Amino acid sequence: MSKKSSVPPEKILPLNHSSLREDPIVQYLSGKLLLKEELPQNLKEPYLSQLQTLDAIDQPKSRPTCNRCGNNKKHLLGIIPCNRCHQTHVYCRNCLQTGRVLACEKLYFWAGVQPKWTHQSEPCTWKGNLTKAQQKAADRISEVMDSKDKKLLCWAVCGAGKTEMLFAGITLAISKNKRVCLATPRADVVRELFPRFRQAFKNTEIEALYGATKEKTGISQLTIATTHQLIRYSNAFDVIIIDEIDAFPFHNDENLHYLANRALKKEGSQIFLTATPRKREQMLIQTGKLEAVFVPVRFHGHPLPIPKEKYIFRLSYTLQKSTLPSVFKNWYKNRRNQTRQILLFLPTISLTTKLLPKIQAMYPNKKIESVHAEDAERKEKIDAYRNHEIDIILTTTILERGVTFPSVDVVVMDAGHAVFDEAALVQIAGRAGRSPDDPTGEVLFLHQGRTEALVSAIKQIKTMNKKGRNL
Amino acid sequence: MSHCLICYERIVPQVTWTNLLLPVKEAIICSECKEKLPILAAPLCEGCGREMTEEGFCADCLKWQQDPQWKRVPITNHSVYPFQPFMREVITTWKYRGDYQLIECFQEELLHAFETFFYKKEESLTLVPIPLSNDRLIERAFNQAEALALLINKNIQVEVVHALTRKSEEASKQSKMTRKKRLARDNPFTIKKQQSKPVILIDDIYTTGMTIRHATKILLESGCPKVTSFTLAR
Ligand SMILES: [Zn+2]
Ligand SMILES: [Zn+2]
Ligand SMILES: [Zn+2]
Ligand SMILES: [Zn+2]
Repeated sequence: MSKKSSVPPEKILPLNHSSLREDPIVQYLSGKLLLKEELPQNLKEPYLSQLQTLDAIDQPKSRPTCNRCGNNKKHLLGIIPCNRCHQTHVYCRNCLQTGRVLACEKLYFWAGVQPKWTHQSEPCTWKGNLTKAQQKAADRISEVMDSKDKKLLCWAVCGAGKTEMLFAGITLAISKNKRVCLATPRADVVRELFPRFRQAFKNTEIEALYGATKEKTGISQLTIATTHQLIRYSNAFDVIIIDEIDAFPFHNDENLHYLANRALKKEGSQIFLTATPRKREQMLIQTGKLEAVFVPVRFHGHPLPIPKEKYIFRLSYTLQKSTLPSVFKNWYKNRRNQTRQILLFLPTISLTTKLLPKIQAMYPNKKIESVHAEDAERKEKIDAYRNHEIDIILTTTILERGVTFPSVDVVVMDAGHAVFDEAALVQIAGRAGRSPDDPTGEVLFLHQGRTEALVSAIKQIKTMNKKGRNL
Repeated sequence: MSHCLICYERIVPQVTWTNLLLPVKEAIICSECKEKLPILAAPLCEGCGREMTEEGFCADCLKWQQDPQWKRVPITNHSVYPFQPFMREVITTWKYRGDYQLIECFQEELLHAFETFFYKKEESLTLVPIPLSNDRLIERAFNQAEALALLINKNIQVEVVHALTRKSEEASKQSKMTRKKRLARDNPFTIKKQQSKPVILIDDIYTTGMTIRHATKILLESGCPKVTSFTLAR
């Protein structure tokens, strides 16, 4: 095995095994950055000599850096008296969850021939139609995916149907033997997208990667993964699509940006998807530093519901006293469509638990539940809500995005609270009116004083609707 | 500013009137994590050291004492922490994920408990860490029991002796069903160095007590006059 100290090379080593290109072991190793125990067992020639290594932890005089996850923070680097090498050295505490990295270890990467995937001239097996707005975005996305070293942000409103807009670009990439990765912040989204992609690309090697994944084969031309899973990749993908760039944890974790960049090939292209770009991205778009394509209308063609906002004197105090404001009660009684379920957002977990018995007592004929991030029955409750076994669900921001219910009205209590930033409010409002059968849900923001986030959120929704009308 | 060793959150030093003028002692773990790691409180079982409602031996220990195979292997175990869910999580990260440095968060309570149980009672103390098999040791890169023994050794006048070796675990790994039975019959340890003075066995967790009993048995049989044990969790 040859030794090298820097980042994996672009250069393909000369080789005489052209048959290797379609070899599953090459498909497995190519683009990965692996610990020894992650390599296929009993790996022999001709593979061995085409693996190169780098130190798992870079140790210049000043600050060690983990070459797997990029961490160089002092409190995330531990010291261990090691019984493998009998020296005391650094290990990485940042990426422990995916296997400990010791300073006396190496990381392995494939330096041989690039893999070849089964040739498909028509890989897409999806037969649906796109709306005009979707088609326009899909065309731009295809163009960027097909060029080198490009970036494009796709700003598509909640419910625009972004997944289908990706199909054309992915089709083109696959037919050109390229590798594509769709990275998303949360495992639920990977689980939801995986079957849809498998349906749309029936003959393509697809793999879903998230914490507790069972679909892992290690071999895929199209990879759907949580961003954290990119830790095992380097120089792998011709295209990376990053879903929900504005969402936690991607938007505030430099490490994940580092991983995404490393997983991309040198001349690879990136597509960013978002319904609610942060200020930073909005600025980059405005100043022309980041190309963007807008999808301002939903796939069913109806405008986004505009939130109604209502000032309530001492609202947070009222809620702390476990009472619901009369504004809510009146609205609830008189709302236009009484059959819709209610999503009731609250700023804190403690408020959801506090208000639950109160609201249950107020509406004894309704089935009412609460759910939050630390709830052990979270998945069951959300499924029950989806099956209409729950009428009103009290929730925190965990249901702000990624979940779609066909027919709901949305209420945000104490919408001026700091947890409800602009992106969160736009996402929350985007839960309403998702189905073509009921495209006009109501959205109510109750607050005790307008915040900048609240004003900007409503403005953003109106702007998108205006753009949609002018299409 | 330091970070909690367990949850990585920032620790804000608490300045009060009593420590205002003193140098602030850097906390290793945050107050929330500390609260989730309570130590064992008396009364404790005189055999295995678990928490009890009254003094004496627990039902498990009484059962062991009647077992014909084990009644001549009396054990006296002392532990620091109850093995509750949060402790289980921390130990899992430490031992199985290999986050060696987490040992620091046990230091204060470990030393305190050791001194209360042993230090003042006997003159010369010999610690014998429960060994790992060689394969395990290479895999983990450290032996958690040895790490605990060395931590005590670094702070308190004691001797650490590797008196035992552990047989390879390859065979028992193959079948989980027969493992329990085989565990009871076959002693996984062999003597590496005979002991003529009393020893204290060191391990991370006392669960069924089987490991400690096997080690105690083989040490007594090879001429060690007295064996007690000290584990991090019970
Ligand atoms: Zn790392
Ligand atoms: Zn080492
Ligand atoms: Zn903590
Ligand atoms: Zn007992």
